[in-house]
Amino acid sequence: MSSDVRFTDFKSDAQPTWCPGCGDFGTMNGMMKALANTGNHPDDTFIVAGIGCSGKIGTYMHSYALHGVHGRALPVGIGVKTANPDLEVMVSGGDGDGYSIGAGHFVHAVRRNLDMTYVVMDNRIYGLTKGQFSPTSREDFETATSPEGPQQSPVNPLALALAAGGSFIAQSFSSDAQRHAQIVQEAIEHDGFGFVNVYSPCVTFNDVDTYDYFRDSLVDVGEDDDHDPTDYEGAVERIMDNDKEYQGVIYRDDDSVPYGERHGIEGRMADIPGGAPDGATDLVREFY
Amino acid sequence: MSQKSFARRLSTPRYDMPDDLNWAVGGEAGDGIDSTGKIFAQALSRAGRHVFTSKDFASRIRGGYTAYKIRTSTERIESVVDSLDVLIALTQRTVEENLDELHEGSVIIYDGERTMMEDFEAPEEMVGLSVPLQRLAEEAGGAIMQNVVALGAACAVCDFDVEYLDESLEKRFGGKGSSIVSNNKKAARAGRDFVNDEIEETFPYDLDTTDADYVLLNGDEAIGMGAIAAGCRFYSGYPITPATAVMEYLKGRIEGFGGHVVQAEDELSAINMALGAARTGARAMTATSGPGIDLMTETFGLIATTETPLVICDVMRSGPSTGMPTKQEQGDLDMLLHGGHGEIPRFVVGATSVAECFHKAIEAFNLAEQYQTPVYLVADLALSVTEQTYPPEEFDMDAVEIDRGSLVTDAVKDWQNDSEQFTPHAATEDGISPRTIPGTPGGAHMTTGLEHDELGRRTEDTDVRIEQVDKRQRKVETAIGREDWTPREFGDGDGDTLVLSWGSNEGAIREAMEFLEEDGISVRFLSVPYLFPRPDLSEAIEAAEDVIVVECNATGQFADVVEHDTLTRVKRINKYNGVRFNADELAERITETIGEDAVEEVPTQ
Repeated sequence: MSSDVRFTDFKSDAQPTWCPGCGDFGTMNGMMKALANTGNHPDDTFIVAGIGCSGKIGTYMHSYALHGVHGRALPVGIGVKTANPDLEVMVSGGDGDGYSIGAGHFVHAVRRNLDMTYVVMDNRIYGLTKGQFSPTSREDFETATSPEGPQQSPVNPLALALAAGGSFIAQSFSSDAQRHAQIVQEAIEHDGFGFVNVYSPCVTFNDVDTYDYFRDSLVDVGEDDDHDPTDYEGAVERIMDNDKEYQGVIYRDDDSVPYGERHGIEGRMADIPGGAPDGATDLVREFY
Repeated sequence: MSQKSFARRLSTPRYDMPDDLNWAVGGEAGDGIDSTGKIFAQALSRAGRHVFTSKDFASRIRGGYTAYKIRTSTERIESVVDSLDVLIALTQRTVEENLDELHEGSVIIYDGERTMMEDFEAPEEMVGLSVPLQRLAEEAGGAIMQNVVALGAACAVCDFDVEYLDESLEKRFGGKGSSIVSNNKKAARAGRDFVNDEIEETFPYDLDTTDADYVLLNGDEAIGMGAIAAGCRFYSGYPITPATAVMEYLKGRIEGFGGHVVQAEDELSAINMALGAARTGARAMTATSGPGIDLMTETFGLIATTETPLVICDVMRSGPSTGMPTKQEQGDLDMLLHGGHGEIPRFVVGATSVAECFHKAIEAFNLAEQYQTPVYLVADLALSVTEQTYPPEEFDMDAVEIDRGSLVTDAVKDWQNDSEQFTPHAATEDGISPRTIPGTPGGAHMTTGLEHDELGRRTEDTDVRIEQVDKRQRKVETAIGREDWTPREFGDGDGDTLVLSWGSNEGAIREAMEFLEEDGISVRFLSVPYLFPRPDLSEAIEAAEDVIVVECNATGQFADVVEHDTLTRVKRINKYNGVRFNADELAERITETIGEDAVEEVPTQ
């Protein structure tokens, strides 16, 4: 990989159509910086995006990328990484894509622990469909489809990840640019499934979970809290704390062994011979 | 001629056809019926005999009845028939279930010392052979080997050397230690000796052996082997009857070729994983059955519009909904041809025999990459559970050719626009765009399920929309012109009766034609593996007096397609009770159908 890659090399010439002020700008910039800082190259990087405002990210970044169907970004990423472990695979989506329609895949992707990164742009609202509640919306959050609030508990994504055996669980805030990029970078560097829930405010449809709200309420586990991310009990305490919002790497298992290593997957699967592979005739002989 | 004549011909004792034997073992699920049958089938194959097997999973009566049936001959066989010469019955119900196939002189081997069989009496004119299976098994080392004792007894009845069982017993039990193997061999001989020494009856069966070396495999295994041969390296799937055996075959084998199998959390995940792998340039596949195809359909459209080469295998079973999961049906054709919102270019290729499962899998992978289009590889339950013998040359690995289509590795610049951006959806003359895989310098690009321009970026520009829809459809037009879609032809090219079919019915139709031939009915049979694009059948249809479409569904989905293509009414033979066609049954129904009044023809133009 070339060492002179700059983060702007990951930027495409397409003009983002996100609303001015959207948190996704900051989220994306941090992702690009983290990819460049870890020595990746657009030709060796694969971005998978889901559906929603977040899903547009593949267009605005430059790399190999697929913008798929709603909720299935993680399985695509798993296929990419398994078939070519040399690639840097980053999957990104929103809270609807990841915790609603794709919640099942989220849990299983965490369990599988492939060496890839999952960045969720969590704005606690459905933006692209113009303002319906999302799985992370507060119980009393009033929207067009929840005039009295959803009246159901919001998903705690970090707790979901922890319960599924997550090996890297982090949270960041798109507006805290440097810290966000650093957290995503740590997720990339982690040997396993690096999960970052990014608070990425929707300035158009969410007037509750705003920049100001996050700025005022976020406690940084590294800077303010002196939390050791390898301390599981401490991580549980913070993840299950309903009164505070945290940012930083909240849990990290340095001993986790990624899927590819457990399964002895090496080398890219794209390279095949022009005929049946050597040893194929032995398969026929098995049937004698 | 009586319409029952074919059945009667087969249900009389066929002492004049000692070489063609129909054999079965049946009991409750959990009795080891499958492995017992497989051991015998392998032994027959080792003895140079052809084998064609079928399975009764469940029954007309509720409960866990299951049977493994073998038809064997020194001649090639392609079908099952409604006849049973030797039956190992572990339960009374096994006999009840098969009464209509048993005939005068059929031999029923059972254990009269077991409580459940002690009051059993063989039906009139049949031979009940009480063999103390459990006792002899215990003497040989354990009651668990009672089925092997029964196999030994069956060998004696069929005058088949028990030593042929040895190799398959070694194959089956070799991993469990040599004493297990030798006990099983002892058990088999105990069964044989009991029949030879204690039973006075003589039996008309005498199984000849030949020097031929056959391989024995089922359709799911053939699909798996074909996939590996074709360079498939990534498989993701979710278990579902009757496609699971594809995954089970690949697991433990594909790794040796640098591949990997993922058991996904559901079919949605399975197809998206396969899509991801395919985007990296790996030849990838998922296999499922109808319910899984339902779930995969949204992503199927994504695969087509992103122009990703992928093979999606549908091993059909009875539907709709959960239907009859262990029963035969060819009910998915409409869905495979038309399923998904919007207009989705695709290929639909069906296997028509166990061996064709292998060959069509290889074709499917080539088509997928040549045209960067999803391919439905279609099989059905009857193919997936049939173990059939073939000469090993049928699966000639040296003949496998891989065509990767327009994969661009060096000349990336030729396919960049003025801004040096790669154009994965360039609207070329033949519709086929250049393709780079991740890691290729200068080839980085995105693609999306949204309508996109040549760069793979979202667009709603009306001209670009038309350009992209046309270029995707043009790939199919290109394929229609470039590839050979000729159907498989059998029988009399000048026959007045044209039979058309798809899927596993091919074997039964071929054998039915032999019966029909005896009655002076000559048939031309076109077995159609290419369901989309399809061969042009109009000339063949015009030349025939009667056109009959045979398929395992209620509404005649393929017949509809043929009528649509040729603007000609066809006659239909449908079966949808969950059981495959038998050769004798088909001969009867074709005869009946030819006798029907001509159906009114739709004027052509």
